[in-house]
Amino acid sequence: MSVLVYTESQEGQFKKVALEVASYGKAVAEQLGTTLTALAFSANDPSQLGNYGVDKVLNVTSASRFDAKVYANAIKQAAEKENAKVVIVSSSADSKYLAPLLAIELDAAYASNVVATPTEVSPFTVKRSAFTNKAFSFTSLNTDVKLIGLSKNAYGLVENSGSATTEDFSPTLLDSNVEVKSVDRSTDKVTIADAEIVVSGGRGLKGPENWGIIEELAEVLGAATACSKPVSDLGWRPHSEHVGQTGKPVASNLYIAVGISGAIQHLAGINASKVKLVINTDPEAPFFKAADYGVVGDAFEVVPILIEKLKEFKSQNA
Amino acid sequence: MKILVCISHVPDTTSKINFAEGDTKFDTNGVQFVINPNDEFGLTRAMWFKEKQGASVDVVNVGGPETESTLRKALAIGADGAIRVNTQPMDGLQVAKELAKVVQDGAYDLVIAGRESIDYNGGMVPGMLANLSGSNFINNCIGLEIEGNQATAIREIDGGKETLSTQLPLVIGGQKGLVEESDLRIPNMRGIMMARKKPLNVLEPLNTEASTTTNRFVKPAPKGAVKLVDIDHLDDLVNMLHTEAKVI
Ligand SMILES: Cc1cc2nc3c(=O)[nH]c(=O)nc-3n(C[C@H](O)[C@H](O)[C@H](O)COP(=O)(O)OP(=O)(O)OC[C@H]3O[C@@H](n4cnc5c(N)ncnc54)[C@H](O)[C@@H]3O)c2cc1C
Ligand SMILES: Nc1ncnc2c1ncn2[C@@H]1O[C@H](COP(=O)(O)O)[C@@H](O)[C@H]1O
Repeated sequence: MSVLVYTESQEGQFKKVALEVASYGKAVAEQLGTTLTALAFSANDPSQLGNYGVDKVLNVTSASRFDAKVYANAIKQAAEKENAKVVIVSSSADSKYLAPLLAIELDAAYASNVVATPTEVSPFTVKRSAFTNKAFSFTSLNTDVKLIGLSKNAYGLVENSGSATTEDFSPTLLDSNVEVKSVDRSTDKVTIADAEIVVSGGRGLKGPENWGIIEELAEVLGAATACSKPVSDLGWRPHSEHVGQTGKPVASNLYIAVGISGAIQHLAGINASKVKLVINTDPEAPFFKAADYGVVGDAFEVVPILIEKLKEFKSQNA
Repeated sequence: MKILVCISHVPDTTSKINFAEGDTKFDTNGVQFVINPNDEFGLTRAMWFKEKQGASVDVVNVGGPETESTLRKALAIGADGAIRVNTQPMDGLQVAKELAKVVQDGAYDLVIAGRESIDYNGGMVPGMLANLSGSNFINNCIGLEIEGNQATAIREIDGGKETLSTQLPLVIGGQKGLVEESDLRIPNMRGIMMARKKPLNVLEPLNTEASTTTNRFVKPAPKGAVKLVDIDHLDDLVNMLHTEAKVI
């Protein structure tokens, strides 16, 4: 028996979520008293996962680009080969795409949005977020093989002094039924999914022409930009930036909300962020109740000064 | 083309979330239920296929009699018929198995579901259903066109989007973008009157067992008070973010 993690990479480099599922997988393997195997696709340096507790890496070099069905089936073959009883994936768009397919392949119960290591191993019970972060549930998985989707940033990276053996793995690859016609990925921008820090603007910014301060603040911090729903509905910013209950979830280390009132649907989507800073003219704005740090003031005055102070800080701590 | 739109019946986004029976059940007291927002986008897209391409559109929910008002709303928006599988939803796999039977028996070509439902946020039913019914699957779908047997879909990926082509039968996990917010339909009087005459078939369930059990719910711990910083002391804020919060 073992624990298997699916470790995603992009252009051969492991994504941060891959290192996080490895760290988490190690903790689960220890809880179960077993070893941790990772499945990677075309990783340049699979042995790197040893630093995060992986004992063995199966590296698939024959697969072409991501296809949810093909990858799910390959992960199943790896799980069978390793006799894995717990299989763990991340909450990236690709992992969330393949996980339900994999659950059927493995005949496994699936818990998504898991936020901590199992509270019990028998029955196997995990804590997961529900009601878009307005609550958590404790859920037991009652099948022989269990599938876990780990929430982003819920566990973090834990380095480990171990080393990993690596093995080329050649699963039988299914034919793909989905053909990719084109990909449109903004390569120079930090994505909301990967960002440690997210800077988000609301209707308080009055119009798209005022987004310069949001972009500059994000640039100083190496952050992704986001927005509230009305801002994307009004066409001030693209839909892909809309965060909240009906938009993208945000689980960053720092979330900075500028000119956003803090409606319940907005908060639901960003609650999983660890630290929240709110800048708003209205001291009664509901967001202040959900924030860790706040500045009551006009964004057009506060943000430029904050940018200057951050630049000073960066130059001193560089 | 026969389209099935999966509708989950969820608490309105403004609902206060509370639990009952020793924190084991969601407390529905005073809660308004609505069509899951992701499904609303899907239903509106289905109406486009109906009006422009002559598709027939049924809606389905796996749930108790209390969900019929939500299904009637979908009929009032324009669906031709509704199906309710008469069992309480317990987890994604159980719901997907019930839906797979409906898809098979009804020989649907296209199943439009939502990326996730906003209650349990499983994000699992559409993919499970696709695999169980042997259909192709596109998740996080923000654009869909059908020509004959051929589908062109846009999928949102981390940091962008991609355009995909595939064939029917197809299941999608849809979301905002399938149609614009401003295109969402609100039932009008005529729709509501017509909905009364449309069929709402209640089917008996397969009674598959759930593979998970939810034992208990908890709410997040209450937050400490916000630390307010004056505009003249923003360097203190930067320091706190560095030394106290350790996020920069
Ligand atoms: C079904 C449903 C789903 C929804 N889903 C989402 C969702 O996923 N995400 C989401 O964001 N919303 C969602 N909403 C909308 C939500 O209810 C709010 O309407 C929305 O979040 C408000 O956006 P806002 O804070 O940008 O704008 P407003 O509520 O208009 O707030 C603007 C804020 O800016 C402040 N302000 C004004 N001028 C300045 C200035 N110069 N400097 C600083 N502050 C200033 C004001 O004091 C105010 O607090 C949803 C609503 C519904 C009904
Ligand atoms: N009980 C249900 N009845 C019908 N469709 C459902 C049900 N539960 C989930 N779905 C569909 O599956 C999607 C994703 O739900 P979930 O996997 O629960 O997050 C929803 O948006 C619906 O389209």
